[in-house]
Amino acid sequence: MSEANSTFVYVIYIRTTAEKLWDALTKPEFTRRYWCECVQETTWKPGSPWKLMIPDGRAGDSGEIVETDEPRRLILTWRNEFIPEMRADGYSQCTFELEPVGDSVKLSVTQTIDKPDSKLIKGVSNGWPAILSSLKSLLETGDALEITKHWPKGM
Amino acid sequence: MLADIVFKALADPSRRRLLDRLFARSGQTLKELCSGHRMTRQAVTKHLAILERANLIAVIWRGREKLHFLNPIPIQDIADRWIRKYERGRLRVLTDLKSQLERKEER
Repeated sequence: MSEANSTFVYVIYIRTTAEKLWDALTKPEFTRRYWCECVQETTWKPGSPWKLMIPDGRAGDSGEIVETDEPRRLILTWRNEFIPEMRADGYSQCTFELEPVGDSVKLSVTQTIDKPDSKLIKGVSNGWPAILSSLKSLLETGDALEITKHWPKGM
Repeated sequence: MLADIVFKALADPSRRRLLDRLFARSGQTLKELCSGHRMTRQAVTKHLAILERANLIAVIWRGREKLHFLNPIPIQDIADRWIRKYERGRLRVLTDLKSQLERKEER
């Protein structure tokens, strides 16, 4: 199976509560601060469309909510919209899992697509580590990382 | 302290080799990770447990199969905290020279 698809998994421990982390993952006033000024447009109900809006007004990525179990699990489909070779890969599935561990929450982000050597998965794998580290920094220190505060110029 | 656990996990050539294999292809089973080297299955299992505790690998169950994925986040944290901070052009020239000289030996 591992040869027939592409999957990336990120695990990060964040000193916070599952409720706060859920808010930080879903609410625009948080995502804007650590996710390169992006906000998500969706009702978060299963079947609802989902869009990741980049600051110039384009939808950077889009998909549909598959499962919402606040504050434990969120699953959505995800396709890139603004880079043609990534868009051509079609839809991936992205799962966020939040699991309290001691004074922290273990956040696992898994993105997978039924396609070997996916450009989309390669692309998001460049983005996730910085965005997740920045999310951790925002929740633990009140300030996001400089590198993810703004949408990259010219992208 | 998580950094201690990460450094300890990285301080072993067999474990670094396992990470390299997962870097080349993430999402492997224990059986796949055991193939092609002399370590016993028990030794690989033990090393994987240490890497998992350090959060350097993430594990996902697919039915009965346990798949191991490289989780680059702790390495990125170390790079930010312990490497980038000390980076100097001059040092880079020296490490480049060192790796060029050593490349022959590795073959």
